[in-house]
Amino acid sequence: MSNKVLVYIDHFHGEVLPISWESLGVGRKLADELGGDVAVVIGGQDVKDAANQAFHYGADQVYYADDSSLVDYRPEPFASLVSQIAREDAPDVLLFPTTTRGRELAGMCAIDLNSGVLPDVTALEVQDGKLTATRPVYAGKLIATVVCDSTPQIITTRGRAFDKPELDASRTGEPTQVDAPLPADDIQTQVIEYSEEEGGVSLNDAAVIVSGGRGVSSNPNLTPPEDLDEKGAEIWRAQQGFKLVGDLATVLGAAVGASRAAVDAGYIPYDQQVGQTGRVVSPDLYIACGISGAIQHLAGMRTSKVIVAINKDPDAPIFKLARYGVVGDLFQILPPLTEAFRSRLDK
Amino acid sequence: MNIVVCIKQVPDSAAKVMVENGQVTWGDAPLVMNPWDEYAVEAALLLQEEQGGDVTVLSVGGGDVDEALKIGLAMGCNNAILVTDPALERADSQATARVLAAAIQKIGDVQLVFCGKQAIDGDMGVTAAQTARVLGWPILSLASSIKMEEPLIRVERTVEEGRQVVEGNLPAVVSVVKDIAEPRYPSFMGIRKASRATIPVWTLEDLGLEAPTFHVSWPELNNPPVQEVTNEIITGDSPDDVANALADKILGEKVL
Repeated sequence: MSNKVLVYIDHFHGEVLPISWESLGVGRKLADELGGDVAVVIGGQDVKDAANQAFHYGADQVYYADDSSLVDYRPEPFASLVSQIAREDAPDVLLFPTTTRGRELAGMCAIDLNSGVLPDVTALEVQDGKLTATRPVYAGKLIATVVCDSTPQIITTRGRAFDKPELDASRTGEPTQVDAPLPADDIQTQVIEYSEEEGGVSLNDAAVIVSGGRGVSSNPNLTPPEDLDEKGAEIWRAQQGFKLVGDLATVLGAAVGASRAAVDAGYIPYDQQVGQTGRVVSPDLYIACGISGAIQHLAGMRTSKVIVAINKDPDAPIFKLARYGVVGDLFQILPPLTEAFRSRLDK
Repeated sequence: MNIVVCIKQVPDSAAKVMVENGQVTWGDAPLVMNPWDEYAVEAALLLQEEQGGDVTVLSVGGGDVDEALKIGLAMGCNNAILVTDPALERADSQATARVLAAAIQKIGDVQLVFCGKQAIDGDMGVTAAQTARVLGWPILSLASSIKMEEPLIRVERTVEEGRQVVEGNLPAVVSVVKDIAEPRYPSFMGIRKASRATIPVWTLEDLGLEAPTFHVSWPELNNPPVQEVTNEIITGDSPDDVANALADKILGEKVL
């Protein structure tokens, strides 16, 4: 059978991101519906393990390029690799996971292959052999139905929007090695160094998120060190508040998020921002602490399965979305809440 | 060092965007420069202060994109250019990237192109990479800091796993994230200058381009399904009581 679907497997130094398997799960289903096979492409150095794993998650064919020029991700050689395989295989559908790498590669391959790209899709349907995709726009304030009228139909799948397929270790195959298409000297960028983030759960694939807003700085019972100016004292207070948010997150195995107000006030780095100008997230549980719920924050988390709000202001808009609300002071509620989970979850 | 900043005009992020009678509306919210793009303008102006040269703000859109371009001028950019053409209505990302690339070539002698991370209306996030690909220039995406080390540009990038330092040859396309620097407010003088400016308008013909074929269509745009949430306020005699009751409720949802 011919390969109807090609899936790009995103990994970091050989470790495959779970969202890649979700994309492969989508690819498997689409290939079955379209009556063809699903192939994957992996580039990197020492990626044969990852290549073999792809069979376990449903791939019929695995292309991999193992080359020192691919040891770190760089857009140009990776886009050329995917585009080259796509030209040879001529799939109907080219899938990527919505990661920073997957999204930019999808865009670049769309230029190479002269087709359209539909980033960050949350649902897919086959109609008369063609895909109809659902993608939130305006950070989810609206939902668009989009169609790619050329082939390959290039799509990136949003994390946690599709099920991760079951690993089936009895499903194996022999991966096909391919050459890296760009000579090392032709690559215009060079990775100089890398600093990995210390611990912490990434907002992108977190099943649980605990977020803090402006309210985390408003504990009147704290006395900041005397050498701080007014702004410094405010940030110091906020850090004490975020420590409580972090403690709860640790017990729940959750990622820490923040509102734009908290980020703009300098309480926490921008990477943590949830909302229209931050990250759009959809965890199983979202606990908002001291967040009033500006429309641009709500847009970024409204599709979370269960929303919990802790806020002093009973009229805060966040309560309208919350399954459970506590009208109260987060500084009084969070420590016993962390303890309550610690004892119940046996941690 | 001549820099082009690609910007888009969008409804303000505080707008209540919805579909009414098949049309997207955003009430009386203003149209503004895409917030992500303000960071790209700031990055360009900071680099200009250090390196000299011209900064040009460039946009593809309807004839009313003037406002966002004027914000760019008021912030301190030297030039603004609008590309507009009836054949670009409903343009997809590839068509937009090809037009931007052609306009950047026409401006000429450009060493750097700055873009925001994505536009807050379409949430595509591919324009920078696509424009770079059309130009055949390297893309350095999601930069949180930028340093020139002629003839190279060095950026720190924020990605899922942490921070990565990457060097690229010029010319290059760089997309920036919020960490880069707080965008400046337009100065009084800048606003006066911008209000008097006449922004050059280029058409596809000016760029030597044919009307493009679009690869993506948008058959439907809808309001999100209304979420039925039963609100339950947890109360108790003490914070401990509230915390215990809340923990039990959350565990009862079976999401942990």
